[in-house]
Amino acid sequence: MLTEFGKIFVFLLVAIIFVAVSIFIAKLIRPVRPTKEKLKTYECGENPVGTPWIKFNIRFYVVALIFLIFDVEVVLLFPWALSYKEYGFYGFLVGIIFLVILAVGMAYEWRKGDLEWARPKPNIPYLKKIIKNQTGEINQLQSEESKIE
Amino acid sequence: MNIYDIIFYLFAAITLVSGFFVVSTKNIVHAGFYLLFTLFGVAGLYVLLGADFIAIVQLLVYVGGILILLLFGVMLTNKITSVDLRSGTSYIIPAVIGVGILWGALTAVLFKTSWRSKAPSGMDPTTSEIGRLLITDYVLVFELLGILLLVALIGAASIARRDKE
Amino acid sequence: MFEFLSDLFGSQIIAAFISAALPLVFIVPFVIFAVWLERKVSAHMQDRLGPMRVGWHGWLQTIADFFKLLQKEDIVASDTDKKFFNVAPYIVFAGTYLVFAALPFSSAYIGTSLDIGLFYIIAVSGLVVIGILMAGWASNNKYSLYGAMRSAAQIVSYEIPTAIVILSIVMFTGTLSLSEISDNQTAYFWNWYIFGGPDWGLTKFLVLPFMIIGFLILYISTLAEVNRTPFDMPEAESELVAGYHTEYSGIKFSMFFLAEYGNMFAVSAIVSVIFFGGYQSPIGYLGDALAANWLIPFEQLFWFAAKGIFFVFVQMWLRWTLPRVRVDQLMTLCWKYLIPYSIVNLIIIGIITLI
Repeated sequence: MLTEFGKIFVFLLVAIIFVAVSIFIAKLIRPVRPTKEKLKTYECGENPVGTPWIKFNIRFYVVALIFLIFDVEVVLLFPWALSYKEYGFYGFLVGIIFLVILAVGMAYEWRKGDLEWARPKPNIPYLKKIIKNQTGEINQLQSEESKIE
Repeated sequence: MNIYDIIFYLFAAITLVSGFFVVSTKNIVHAGFYLLFTLFGVAGLYVLLGADFIAIVQLLVYVGGILILLLFGVMLTNKITSVDLRSGTSYIIPAVIGVGILWGALTAVLFKTSWRSKAPSGMDPTTSEIGRLLITDYVLVFELLGILLLVALIGAASIARRDKE
Repeated sequence: MFEFLSDLFGSQIIAAFISAALPLVFIVPFVIFAVWLERKVSAHMQDRLGPMRVGWHGWLQTIADFFKLLQKEDIVASDTDKKFFNVAPYIVFAGTYLVFAALPFSSAYIGTSLDIGLFYIIAVSGLVVIGILMAGWASNNKYSLYGAMRSAAQIVSYEIPTAIVILSIVMFTGTLSLSEISDNQTAYFWNWYIFGGPDWGLTKFLVLPFMIIGFLILYISTLAEVNRTPFDMPEAESELVAGYHTEYSGIKFSMFFLAEYGNMFAVSAIVSVIFFGGYQSPIGYLGDALAANWLIPFEQLFWFAAKGIFFVFVQMWLRWTLPRVRVDQLMTLCWKYLIPYSIVNLIIIGIITLI
């Protein structure tokens, strides 16, 4: 007796077999001529510089964290959504209160600016000030020069 | 030994073998990827127990959520410099004590509980039944879970904020 | 279909394998067609001709490309993590293929008539994310790793609005089974859920605008989940070459390609099942008119494929209409617009169901 989940398992097996068979067929007919250059990590034709491991933006982690919490929320709401109608307005309220509690959390995050993606803040040099000083100096020099004359 | 048993042993083997790889590999990212197979095997075991909803929750929350969070966490550590990063062994004695206590507790539970050994009665859909229980008997637990998740959300955000500064 | 096959072969195992292999017969020709269509659509939108040489208007081009890919050398760079580099295509393809298990292709064929099909589909798409992260990490390449990280963050973020919209549909329909949702929208197009469902009454007209909002939110977020423009930063050619599959070549690359186009169809099919009647014909069946019942499942397959391909076409159309968004815009759109709107939408639909 094959259950519905058994069929899913067969789907999984079929997917794996399909990939394995196509890779195997390709293996039979494709050439294998590796060279040192070919086996280099691709970096637009340049020699690879440094390592791909840099510290990633912390936002990636926060996104995954907030996602997980909402994921659990949605998981708990699915059984509720199937059967709340049997209990009328009371049943509806149970789920909505749950949802609103989470919405409050989200509003808090929004207000605190946690939903902003940390954008790089470039240091814009203050050219204006420098130019002002320089022109001031230049003017001074010029006026001194004119005095000499 | 019918097909049900064979599939049970298959999933149990997947879970145990990949679990062994998770703890024995020296590479943290490898451990994370092996965990995929462990969690998948556990989902399969849930299916065999007739808990269809829990099995899919296992896939959705653990594979689709916690595992990704874990991998992101590993990738965020700035001490990684190459693909073959290693994790050493440290704090052996506290670890042994901690794991020993946990192991003892689990064994005690295993032998003290009176297990209901009944063959699963086919695949009855459990989802709407769980929903019914959440609305009636466990309504307080359900709302408390909402508050727990709210606390987790705020906590996560404040940790991230501290890191940013 | 499964019952028919198991009667035919007298063995459930053989029947299960054959019925599980049937979507493959659909996916491979679909991908070959979709790649050709994508090139043609792109070309014509830019006043070019696209492939013209191989066959009439280049229709054999993708088949030729497939044979070329089959013969390509499989280059595994020496810095990669070989084991996981080789396993990743399996996981990505399996994740995509498992979604097809729950899609009702017609009333006669559905891979598995799981009564929590929608929930299952949301869950197995998580497998693709792990596969992508694995591919990106094992490649040990800057472009791959960046692409994988962006892709994973994007897919998980947009899974929330998707799930909330699906939740509101579940509240309205009261079922998680995809074949039941399709069956509910039978007969003519005004019974589709985008037009408020099959029940005539006040509810139908009240819910209609909110269904349209739900559809828009779902379509935008599925677009982001399959990394299509305007949300294609994970594979932005101008900055990341090809994203997480940069290092892959030959048949392994084509497995990623197959999974990607398969996913495009899968999400389009889910949208069409939820809002546009799935396999149901909008104008009635020829089989009914001719009193030929055997014709109906084939017609249904045609409508299912036609609706799916239409939404895939819209995806291609959007690619040449909208510019790529920035990462911060992407996240703003998800967290500050789609999720709040979908929550409000869910509450309103919930109130309407109680009337």
